[in-house]
Amino acid sequence: MGFLKKLFDMPNDSRVKTVLVAFLLCLVCSLLVSTAAVALRPVQEANKLADKRRNILEIAGMMQEGADVNELFKQIEPRVIDLDTGEYVDDVDATAYDQRKASKDPAQSKALASDEDIASIRRRADKATVYLVRNGDEVETIILPVHGYGLWSTMYGFMALEGDGQTVKGFGFYEQAETPGLGGEVDNPNWKALWHGKQVYDENGNVALQVIKGSVGDATPDPEHKVDGLAGASLTSRGVSNLVKYWLGERGFKPFLEQFKG
Amino acid sequence: MDAEIKKNLVDPLVDNNPITWQILGICSALAVTTSMNTALLMSLALTTVVALSNFSISLVRDHTPGSIRIIVQMIIIASLVIIVDQFMRAYAFDTAKKLSVFVGLIITNCIVMGRAEAYAMSHGPKLSFFDGLGNGLGYSLVLLIVAFIRELFGAGSLFGVQIFELTKDGGWYQSNGLLLLPPSAFFIIGLLIWVIRTFKPAQVEQPTFRIHEEINPQLV
Repeated sequence: MGFLKKLFDMPNDSRVKTVLVAFLLCLVCSLLVSTAAVALRPVQEANKLADKRRNILEIAGMMQEGADVNELFKQIEPRVIDLDTGEYVDDVDATAYDQRKASKDPAQSKALASDEDIASIRRRADKATVYLVRNGDEVETIILPVHGYGLWSTMYGFMALEGDGQTVKGFGFYEQAETPGLGGEVDNPNWKALWHGKQVYDENGNVALQVIKGSVGDATPDPEHKVDGLAGASLTSRGVSNLVKYWLGERGFKPFLEQFKG
Repeated sequence: MDAEIKKNLVDPLVDNNPITWQILGICSALAVTTSMNTALLMSLALTTVVALSNFSISLVRDHTPGSIRIIVQMIIIASLVIIVDQFMRAYAFDTAKKLSVFVGLIITNCIVMGRAEAYAMSHGPKLSFFDGLGNGLGYSLVLLIVAFIRELFGAGSLFGVQIFELTKDGGWYQSNGLLLLPPSAFFIIGLLIWVIRTFKPAQVEQPTFRIHEEINPQLV
């Protein structure tokens, strides 16, 4: 206490007091900040995880109002796959693997040349987390993480496919910053519902699924591969088409999906 | 003393409002007022920060060396903002996610720095606390008014509860997309200032220059 009294008695503009006041203030503030951060971390982590799980469940159409997210998620099996070979990778913990972080790390990702980077994502992680829902031994739903650039932002979402790796079961984004009311309508439930039942590949095995300009009518050829464009949001619609084409294509999940083809 | 506290609390609500009179903290007011939820949480965060920062800065004001005065204020404000942010991420996760960087940007919010420098450095902790609280509430009031208009007419809802049935869901209300974009908040705040100054002419500023009638140089 004697030390503090001495400090208080010093003139405010003395050099020693300036340094000591700065030091004490930083000490007190850092203690407060780190206490708050450490004490609240478990709650925050649980929130983040539950949020991601809720997104996956919603897109797969498995979310029930009022049900416990973590309880529902027990039906879903996360697996890590190698995107180049399409094989499962068992030495990576699927619950801990962070694909977004990996796609920024040069050791775990590769840069894309401009002609192959149609989704404008610059780097692609070597491994990806997929989520499987099984009914007995049969895989019922395959949920794939996708992302790509729209008009203003990189849109992150999931695509859920039936066990045949061909029929869309659900599609949606959990993170995007497109223009509200125009491109932001990618979050519109009515638009997302249009994807249900669409077919991904044509008979030659190429990705045919795309967002078109205008709406799909009776005169549209191959309506099973086409989804209505968003009015007033051509660039966002094109971004969605591109990211679907990329992620379901040769450099995305196509090698992995081969095994589900009957 | 009590009259002083009351003045500190009530004055910033309309007469000396930080947004409509001091014209501070505009950028966050544009960004977070698309819905009542985000506006309310942001108001809560800013009010907490400005009240506590005023209090702490006033506590140490007699021992703050003039040469590092601003740095001391910044450290206190920044620490409070981080703590508030951590709490929000833990207990109001969904709304906090929408606020994203704007909570962090409270650190540079002019209201907080302005009150610290203009009031807390020269007044006691108790008075400073209520001054911060009053200014925080004044900011909150404007934020909530703007958010009310934007969410109701932009999305037809309040606090996420649908009030007007939208045409895209088969209802009667055609939502106004402009209100969901930042410039609309600018218009609303502008109109709000106009209304306040109509009723309180004392707030109208003197023009900085006056336009003279045209002088014909040939006659001079």
